Amino acid sequence: MNLVIVNTSCANLASVDFAFKRLGVTPVISADPTVIRSAERVVLPGVGTAGAAMRELNRLQLVGTLQRLSQPLLGICLGMQMLTRQSAELRDGQPVSCLNLIPTEVERMPKALDLPLPHMGWNRTEVSEHPLFKGFGEGEAAPYFYYVHSFAAPLSQQSIARCDYTQPFSAAIAQNNFMGVQFHPERSGEAGARVLQNFLEISC
Amino acid sequence: MLAKRIIPCLDVRDGQVVKGVQFRNHEIVGDIVPLAQGYAAAGADELVFYDITASSDERVVDKSWVSRVAEVINIPFAVAGGIKSVAAARDILAMGADKISINTPALRDPDLINTLVDEFGQQCIVIGIDSFYNQQSGDYEVHQFTGDEARSGKTNWQTSDWVQEVIRRGAGEIVLNCMNQDGVRRGYDIEQLKNVRKQCTVPLIASGGAGSMEHFYEVFSQAQVDGALAASVFHKAVIQIPQLKDYLRAQGISIRP
Repeated sequence: MNLVIVNTSCANLASVDFAFKRLGVTPVISADPTVIRSAERVVLPGVGTAGAAMRELNRLQLVGTLQRLSQPLLGICLGMQMLTRQSAELRDGQPVSCLNLIPTEVERMPKALDLPLPHMGWNRTEVSEHPLFKGFGEGEAAPYFYYVHSFAAPLSQQSIARCDYTQPFSAAIAQNNFMGVQFHPERSGEAGARVLQNFLEISC
Repeated sequence: MLAKRIIPCLDVRDGQVVKGVQFRNHEIVGDIVPLAQGYAAAGADELVFYDITASSDERVVDKSWVSRVAEVINIPFAVAGGIKSVAAARDILAMGADKISINTPALRDPDLINTLVDEFGQQCIVIGIDSFYNQQSGDYEVHQFTGDEARSGKTNWQTSDWVQEVIRRGAGEIVLNCMNQDGVRRGYDIEQLKNVRKQCTVPLIASGGAGSMEHFYEVFSQAQVDGALAASVFHKAVIQIPQLKDYLRAQGISIRP
């Protein structure tokens, strides 16, 4: 399996890299458009802020490359948020335009009494029958995944999994070959490993 | 529902896991990687590694163990100890750590907190606070250099003021270590944690004092903390994580299976 992790110069590349290696796949970490285009699978990780991440994708001239991919692509956490139209995480007082691959937007999670932000930790997640969640069958308890974020995409037609913290939000979204998960599968134990394995096996 | 986190803490000195009582008399517990793997397999929700010598020795510590840990475990982990710069933080995060935890360097240079938050995002910047209850004055004092007997001592910060300050600067999480309770296994400092919880708008982790499963129940149900950190009860197998989680779930606490 030729899997490329897009090198956005963000900090969590190593943990994603190690997670796929534990599944027997050795990723290529690259920001080269040619390498990314020829991959069978593409992973868009991301930690930090939407503004910084989009600035980096622009600097690397990867926006067009990513938008034209037809192979399965998985965005993780901020990587998921970058697949949407825009993020309300302000840069210079303006919302940040994102890759516009999944028709939804990212909003700041509402503050609620007694619920600290960021939403940080393991939360129960209701998954759909999307192939990314194959094997999380009926009768089994809803899986727990590890989340760290203060912004989220609301529930929409593009939601393929839902979680609840201060209010329900998209734990995962998808459109065609583009998929994104708000949680960190690389840090979500066996359940997370299963999601990554499903991503490897998906055909779009 | 968001689960309460059980967080074994591994104090690291010279590449090995150690444990002391009230920060003194360290004894070797074992090697980092197999201990980390064992805890992840047992159901720990997160791990914290404190390099307890780093801040006080003014030296660059070999952190290659960070990537060896990241390779084998599939739960999040934080690294603390001697991280004083953006460059040092970047190295640790690049090796696969999910969060970095800053204690004494944040007290020496509070701007470090917002600088790190701007660079890496709020979600991976944890502030550790060593808080000591002064019985004579009735004050909660923030201490620094607690890894080094010769240099450790109180700062001018009251704990509640420092908590507000680090939140204002963008800290993503606070680990409150109640020094009077550390290593003595008589229970978490519920009163102090309750007070800090009221003013803490970011996740709060309790540290110091766990001695029994009931102590975990108390701190979750009474102080409403997001996670409970403990070291010796896990290292010495006084408490097994699967039994602890079964017990807490039976008490109605939200716990990841």
